[in-house]
Amino acid sequence: MEKEVMYTLKAPYRDALRIHGYHFGKGEKAACIIGALRGNEVQQLYVCSQLIKVLTELEKHGSISFGKEILVIPSVNHYSMNIGKRFWAVDNTDINRMFPGYDKGETTQRIAAGIFNQVSSYSFGIQFASFYMPGDFVPHVRMMETGYQNTSLANLFGLPYVVVRKPRPIDTTTLNYNWQLWETSAFSVYTNETDEIDENSARMAVSAVLRFLTRMGIIKYNSHSGYIANVIYEDELTTVHAGSAGIFRRKREPGEEVLRGDVLAEILDPYEGTLREAVTAPTDGIIFFAHRKPLITEKDVVCRIIRRLHQ
Amino acid sequence: MIETVVEVALPVDEKLMIQKNRITPAGGQERKRRISIVTGTHGDELEGQYVCYEVQRIIREHPECLTGVVDIYPALNPLGIDSITRGIPQFDLDMNRIFPGSKEGVFTEYVAAEIVDDILGSDVCIDIHASNIYLREIPQVRISEETAERLVPLAMHLNVDFIWVHESATVLESTLAHSLNMMSVPTLVVEMGVGMRITKEYCRQLVTGIFHLMKELGIWNGEAEEVREPFISLNGEVDFVNADASGIFVPEVEIGTYLERGGHIGDILNPLTGEVENSLKASIAGTVFTVREYPIVYHGSLIARILGGTKQWKKK
Ligand SMILES: [Zn+2]
Repeated sequence: MEKEVMYTLKAPYRDALRIHGYHFGKGEKAACIIGALRGNEVQQLYVCSQLIKVLTELEKHGSISFGKEILVIPSVNHYSMNIGKRFWAVDNTDINRMFPGYDKGETTQRIAAGIFNQVSSYSFGIQFASFYMPGDFVPHVRMMETGYQNTSLANLFGLPYVVVRKPRPIDTTTLNYNWQLWETSAFSVYTNETDEIDENSARMAVSAVLRFLTRMGIIKYNSHSGYIANVIYEDELTTVHAGSAGIFRRKREPGEEVLRGDVLAEILDPYEGTLREAVTAPTDGIIFFAHRKPLITEKDVVCRIIRRLHQ
Repeated sequence: MIETVVEVALPVDEKLMIQKNRITPAGGQERKRRISIVTGTHGDELEGQYVCYEVQRIIREHPECLTGVVDIYPALNPLGIDSITRGIPQFDLDMNRIFPGSKEGVFTEYVAAEIVDDILGSDVCIDIHASNIYLREIPQVRISEETAERLVPLAMHLNVDFIWVHESATVLESTLAHSLNMMSVPTLVVEMGVGMRITKEYCRQLVTGIFHLMKELGIWNGEAEEVREPFISLNGEVDFVNADASGIFVPEVEIGTYLERGGHIGDILNPLTGEVENSLKASIAGTVFTVREYPIVYHGSLIARILGGTKQWKKK
C-alpha cells in the first residue's frame, strides 16, 4: 500500500485540504474507488476505510493480481464533513456537479479537475454515492445510460439490483457520467445510510466491491456469490406520492414485497394525531426506495416500487 | 389581481404558495399582449424585488397607459427567499436546475411544472437574477448562442449595459429560461447587482428598460425614456480572472471601470503574515463587468470578468 496526497488546497486560515489516495498493487490502472464527495457521506467514507483495511491485508498476502493497480480515495470533501456541511462550505457548490472539472476555473472545478485527471485512466470506476432525497434504497449498483454502460459488468457486484438511469442535463457534470465519457466503466454503489454508519450495509458494500474485483481478476479473494441482479430502468419504477402533508409513519421497508392496496405508510395530522391518509400500493411489486424522515410534504415521494411482472 | 399559481402543503400548518399579481388594462375583450416578470428563483437574489415594486408603482400612476397584461411573479422560491437560502431549503437543491419540471413529479418538480404552465402564453418573459453573494454584476442580459438571433433584438430595449451571448451548456438546459425559450416564450435572463442586497440605481435602470420593451410590444403607451445602447459580447471577448491564492480579497477597481492590459484589479492579502499573496492584473484591456464582492477567497474563486474591446463602451 502506498499512501499519496493527490490534491492540496490552501485555505485562508484552515489547515490545508489534503485529498489522499491509497494505491494497492502495481501495473495497469485497473480500478479506482471513490468515497465521500459530499460532506455528509460518512457511510461512504466508512465503507472506503473498511475496504482499505481489507486490501492492505490482501496485498500483504500477495492477493493483488500481478500487474494490476487499485486506487482508493476515501474522501474528497472532508473539509465540509469536518464542519457538518454537505456541499463545499464556502459557496455551497457540489463537487459531484463539477466534473470533469476545469483547472483554471472556480475552486470546486479545480478540485474536480485535480481528482479527475488522476482517476480517468482507470478501467473501472466505482463510487459510493448518495441520493438527494431522504430515504432508504434496496442496495444497488447504478449506472447512467450514456451508450457506454455495460449492465452485465454491473451484475458482477452481486447486489440485488442494477439500475440504469437516463441522464438528465444536471447529471452530465457528475463523476459517474464523465467517467463513462472517458471510457472508464463506471458504477455507483448505493447502500443504506449516508449521514450515519450502518454496519450491515457497509459490509455488503465492501463485499460487493471485493466480489467485483475478484471476478474481474484484479484480486484473489474468496467471496460468496451474491445475488444475480435484476436490471431495472429508473423510469420504469412506479413512484408513489404523498397526497397530503404531516407526520410520516413508514409501514413497509425497502426490499419488501407488497401487493396492490397494501398500506405503505400513514400520514398523520401533526397536531391531532389523526390519520390524514393511508398511502397504498398502486401495484404489486417490491419496494425499491422509501422515504424516511418523520415529516412529509404533499407530493413528496413516499416510495418507489419495482412492479412485479405477471407472466 | 393576486392569484395563486401553485400551492403545496408543508408538513406542519403551512402552505408553500407561489403567487403572482396580474395587472390588466381596462376595457376590450380582444387578446392582449402579455409580459411576465419573474424573479426569486434563487432565494438570496433580491434585486428583482425592487424592480417588481417599481414596475407596479409606475403602472399605478398611469393606469390609462397600460394596453396589455403584466404578470408579476416576485418569488418563485418563497421558502428560499424568506429563509435567506439560495436553493430550495429542504433539499439544498438549485431551483433553476429542475425545469421544465413534471406534473407527476416530486413536489419541487410539480411546482416547477405549474410555474412553466402559468407563464406559457406570455409574449415575453424577463427572469431577473442578482448574481450571488460573492460577485457584483453590471446590469446585463445573458443569452445562449442558439437563441441569440431571436433574443438579442428584444434585449436591446432593456437598458442594460451589455448583452452577453455565451456558449450553450448542457447543464443549463434545466433552467427556467431555457425551458420557456424552448416552449416559444422568449425569455431574457437579467443578471445585475449582488446577492442579499438591493442596488436601487440598477433596478431603476432596468425598470426603464422594461417599460421601453413594453412599449415596443404594445403593452404600454405611456412615456418611455431613451435606453442606452448595450455592448454585445461574444464568448471570446470575455476574460475570467480567478484567484491564484487563498486569502482576503480587497478590490482596487470599481465595477464598470475600463482597465488597460496589466491594470490592477485588486490583491489577495494574508492578514496573518501581513503579506500580499496574489496581486491580480487584467490580462486583456477592457471593462470590468463582474467584481468579487465577498472578501474570503480560495484558489480558483472568481475575482473579476473583463469584457475586451470596449473602448467604445457607452455609459450615461
Ligand atoms: Zn440567480
